[in-house]
Amino acid sequence: MSVGLTRALRWTRANLFNTPLNGTLTVVIAFLLLRFLSPMIDWAVLRASLSARDDRACAAVGGACWAFIRDWFRFLIFGRYPYAQQWRPAIVLVIFVALLLASFSRRLPARRLAPAWLGGLGAVALLMRGGVLGMPYVETGLWNGLPLTLILAAGGLGASFPLALLLALGRRSSLPALRVICTCYIEAARGIPFIAWLFLMLVLLPLFLPPGLVIAKLWRAEIAFALFIAAYLAEVVRGGLQAIPRGQYEAADALGLGYAQKTLRVILPQALALTIPAQVNTFIGAFKDTALISIIGLFDVLQDTNTALNDPAWRMAYVEGYLFTGVIYFAFCYSMSLYSRGLERHLGQGRR
Amino acid sequence: MAHDRSRRRRDLGRPAPWNDARLRSLGLQAAVFILLLALAAYLAGNAAANLSRQGIATGFDFLGREASFAIATTLIRYSPADSYARALLVGLLNTLLVSALGIALATLLGLAVGLARLSRNWLLSRLALVYVELLRNTPLLLQIFLWWDLLRLAAPPPRTAWRPLPGVFVSVRGVYFPVPVYQPLYLWMGVALAGGVAAATGLRVWVRRARAGRPPLPAWIGFALVPLPPLAVFLAGGAPHLLDVPHVTRFDFSGGQSITPEFAALLAALVAYTAAFIGEIVRGGILAVSRGQSEAAAALGLTRGQALRLVVLPQAIRVIVPPLTSEYLNLAKNSSLAIAVGFPELFAVTDTIANQTGQSIETMTLVASAYLAISLTISLLMNLYNRSAALVER
Repeated sequence: MSVGLTRALRWTRANLFNTPLNGTLTVVIAFLLLRFLSPMIDWAVLRASLSARDDRACAAVGGACWAFIRDWFRFLIFGRYPYAQQWRPAIVLVIFVALLLASFSRRLPARRLAPAWLGGLGAVALLMRGGVLGMPYVETGLWNGLPLTLILAAGGLGASFPLALLLALGRRSSLPALRVICTCYIEAARGIPFIAWLFLMLVLLPLFLPPGLVIAKLWRAEIAFALFIAAYLAEVVRGGLQAIPRGQYEAADALGLGYAQKTLRVILPQALALTIPAQVNTFIGAFKDTALISIIGLFDVLQDTNTALNDPAWRMAYVEGYLFTGVIYFAFCYSMSLYSRGLERHLGQGRR
Repeated sequence: MAHDRSRRRRDLGRPAPWNDARLRSLGLQAAVFILLLALAAYLAGNAAANLSRQGIATGFDFLGREASFAIATTLIRYSPADSYARALLVGLLNTLLVSALGIALATLLGLAVGLARLSRNWLLSRLALVYVELLRNTPLLLQIFLWWDLLRLAAPPPRTAWRPLPGVFVSVRGVYFPVPVYQPLYLWMGVALAGGVAAATGLRVWVRRARAGRPPLPAWIGFALVPLPPLAVFLAGGAPHLLDVPHVTRFDFSGGQSITPEFAALLAALVAYTAAFIGEIVRGGILAVSRGQSEAAAALGLTRGQALRLVVLPQAIRVIVPPLTSEYLNLAKNSSLAIAVGFPELFAVTDTIANQTGQSIETMTLVASAYLAISLTISLLMNLYNRSAALVER
């Protein structure tokens, strides 16, 4: 017997058959897995159809209707953005992925990260909007699909960050009025569901603005999103502020630093670095929450799927449709969580 | 002369007004306060002007008017002739129902997932990991849509309904299941159940006081005390089991109790999604108990089950409860996603009312306060529990 086989056998014994109970469990699970996995592979791969004309043709074969994805691919990703101009949102996707990779790889120093994202978002807005450099103007109502999801998430998070810092500092402030205002805001925003908050902003915001002022739905949603996420992010930052030992505050005081210098140069950098994993977790939650704007009639990547599924020819391809969209969300969220875990390990090493 | 000099010294000791920390903080707070007031006044002025222009009267008078819309799922008697206030109450009760059921089921499933993640069986722990990662990294709304379509479109018509258990039918009409017909004996069974709970609690207290330091009684004694008395009463009463079992008629079901596909989809999605998070919390809590504790328990001769129940879990609970509370809060808030599938809970009902009456400010205020009240209640209950579980330090 080769060494590899012995090792594999030893591993199997230690991890799958170490006790009689575990052995039975392994056999039962393996049986169930086979029982469910083989029809699933059958459905998803072997009997799947890439060329069917409608869902009935797929149902006749009994396989997955990937033909639906092929038929509606451009719509699922870009929505109703003018077809001939869809190279622009495609570049936008490339910009976003490049920014994410640059942030994840930790190649770019933190100091350059914020300007890079700001510049990237500016380029994104310019590309989507057009009206310059010979690109036809496209109104925000047609900014659909995955680019919209990413714009909402990145823009909302970027805008919420400064507000979250102010809220967190306010809640920890020694000034009672500031503390009360910030605490009330944070608790109120965290106490009500995001969808209620979105409705509040979309329905009520126009009521509270002067009659002539109209803000496009996309930007109203973006504002609502930023204001909402800020409350959650503020609590994360507050956790970091509380974890800074008193000695740091006292040392800054002893050096004669004022409040602004003490906060910006001593306390915040440490508090923010401490809470990066928690911040990334908030980002993941926020990214998933962008899906809720499909309820209020914005065409994000989930609403695109719902719309495409309204096509009578493909109504029964909903599992394929939601799987496809789910994979997109999963790719972004899972890579963020892997990054967060890697960072946690990295930070933990430095401290111990 | 001397008097003058001392006064000058005092003047020197006092900083200029703009350098006085107390004055400065007062001024800053006043400025923030005035700024907020001005903003509020500006917004309120705009709102008043807009509302009067659109001819909308403000106030809560509309609550007494006739709702004139039907609600599919109601826990209390309701008809379209009832008032808006009653419609809101129906919605609130539906929210509470989904939240309570969801919290109970998600806790059970989450506990199972968390323990499976820690299992020494490689296959089981990997399976649990895949479950957690898939569910946690996709939006809940997408999962709700998928469940809903599965129940609406993939489920068979009533005649060929799936029967996962005898008497339970899953079809496009929703889930039908049998319910016991009420009988006077059930009241006595309830009394017996209360007696059983009291006896089990008494036993627990007695074990702590009188048997402290001696080996613990087997766990099943306490657990058996609870169901045995009602069972005894049931058997003594002649074991009358009348079940209202649903049966298939031509196009539908009759009898039994049913839940709509919307409700089933919402509940299933909420439970499956939240259980993934609870599973990670349970796992983290158990891992947070240092290895030495379970090694010490093993050294004392406790079995693995005893070590988990008597040593590890009581300590893990302290780590688990705070994040668990926020998961419960999330579940209650996420129940508002019902609006996407049309299950009439609080938010969906409120939205209908706002559309009918145009009273969006009032209805949104009501719904926000209702959710705040629910959140505060859950926090309060969990904090009470947390205090009882917390480490008592000197």
